[in-house]
Amino acid sequence: MPKPRKPEASAPAPVPIMDAAKIRRTLSRIAHEILERNRGTSELALVGIQSRGVPMARRLAELIRGIDGVLVPVGLLDINLYRDDLSLSAEQPVLRKTEIPFPLTGRIVVLVDDVLFTGRTIRAALDGLVDLGRPRAIQLAVLVDRGHRELPIRADYVGANVPTSLRESVEVRFEETDGEDGVRIVPALEPPAATRAGKARG
Amino acid sequence: MKLASRHLLGIEGMTADEITLILDTAESLAQVSRREVKKVPALRGQTVINFFVEPSTRTRSSFEVAEKRLSADTLNFSPSTSSLVKGETLADTARNLEAMAPDFIVVRHSEPGAPHMLAKICQSAIINAGDGPHEHPTQALLDAFTLRQKKGRLGGLRVAIIGDILHSRVARSNILLLRTMGAEVVVSGPPTLLPREIERQGVSVARRIEEAVEGADAIMMLRIQLERQTRGFFPTLREYFRLYGLTAERVAHARSDVVIMHPGPINRGVEIASEVADGPWSVILEQVTNGIAVRMAVLYLLAGGGEEAA
Repeated sequence: MPKPRKPEASAPAPVPIMDAAKIRRTLSRIAHEILERNRGTSELALVGIQSRGVPMARRLAELIRGIDGVLVPVGLLDINLYRDDLSLSAEQPVLRKTEIPFPLTGRIVVLVDDVLFTGRTIRAALDGLVDLGRPRAIQLAVLVDRGHRELPIRADYVGANVPTSLRESVEVRFEETDGEDGVRIVPALEPPAATRAGKARG
Repeated sequence: MKLASRHLLGIEGMTADEITLILDTAESLAQVSRREVKKVPALRGQTVINFFVEPSTRTRSSFEVAEKRLSADTLNFSPSTSSLVKGETLADTARNLEAMAPDFIVVRHSEPGAPHMLAKICQSAIINAGDGPHEHPTQALLDAFTLRQKKGRLGGLRVAIIGDILHSRVARSNILLLRTMGAEVVVSGPPTLLPREIERQGVSVARRIEEAVEGADAIMMLRIQLERQTRGFFPTLREYFRLYGLTAERVAHARSDVVIMHPGPINRGVEIASEVADGPWSVILEQVTNGIAVRMAVLYLLAGGGEEAA
């Protein structure tokens, strides 16, 4: 469900960094890179992190099929049960589905998420994945890497490196979840509070 | 969205949105029990005391499994091992439990309102696992979860509840929940075991079980406490079965896709015939499975639920 976003009345305007066409070209490049690096689709699986990693993983699977003619399996992963800040937040995050309808063991799993930030989401996702099986390898694909890592984690496939300040947030919208495609940098009104909300997580 | 209270004391006072949030969360948690590693770290480092002053095997086990699957540390505290038998008051026992700094106390007690009292004197989040004839909220939630899973919705369903409505916390919590979610509820049972003015709770009363079951989407059978017979609420168990027992013949009055539920443990040949309990309509064992996911959802949603008790 798309989150309603507050109109930033007096705030500085958001800066668009990707439109629908740019997203399409970027995902297409990532799809090619995934195939090139793994020499095809055998053993390959994509796992999208809820929520915007899911449409991105599905699109990558479609693009890979367009190139190689094979539909690689796609799973969904909710990482909230593995977060390290559960007891710190006043409100529990809404749990979404985890659904991985294929055995992970022996597969090359490409984790897919929209924004790479602190790396904590990916740390949680790695813990979640290994509880579900023993993949042969796990790689990471993100649309935007905005920096500010707090853990030793890097992405294998990056759509765009976007330097940001901690006060900004990166907002990715997909047709499937938000009704339109686009990436923009939103300057925060109030410095810290916004970092708890969905998009600022990383 | 979050739950308004940091305790789960009863269905009373809960909104349809809160109930839906718990059921949706349980939906997401159900997969944990189907995997090879049936454990997630969500409640790591949190302590849960299962304080059961009234005997219970299945509810306590269900809570314990739910707690363990969320990685909480659990401690069972029951009357035979406790000092309640030595004359300590409930409040004093609670303060002693509290001194061990648990995050949750799950309480089952024969006195209605015992969990509410604990909620007043304890810092921990209190979960009511059944307080006398008052409420049994997690049972009603797991029944609703099972029903929604089978029927795709709760609103507009016709649900028959049969048996000892008077003494049943399961019936009470279920009636509150089903009415909040917009289901139609009809009850039936011996007149001595129906509360007076039950219609005020928005349910209708059927004199005969056949009438209650007519067109039902679900039939909830209540366990007959065998000692009620010696207290004279009904003449004999055979008579009870003849008048209110659920047989295949009676199930035929309901919708063809009816589901039969029972909170367990069942008395075969008293409130339910074996052919029904083991029949294709029965979801009794699924209720047990779903109970774990629902209790996990309650624990998850109450964990770290903020400082303010709303």
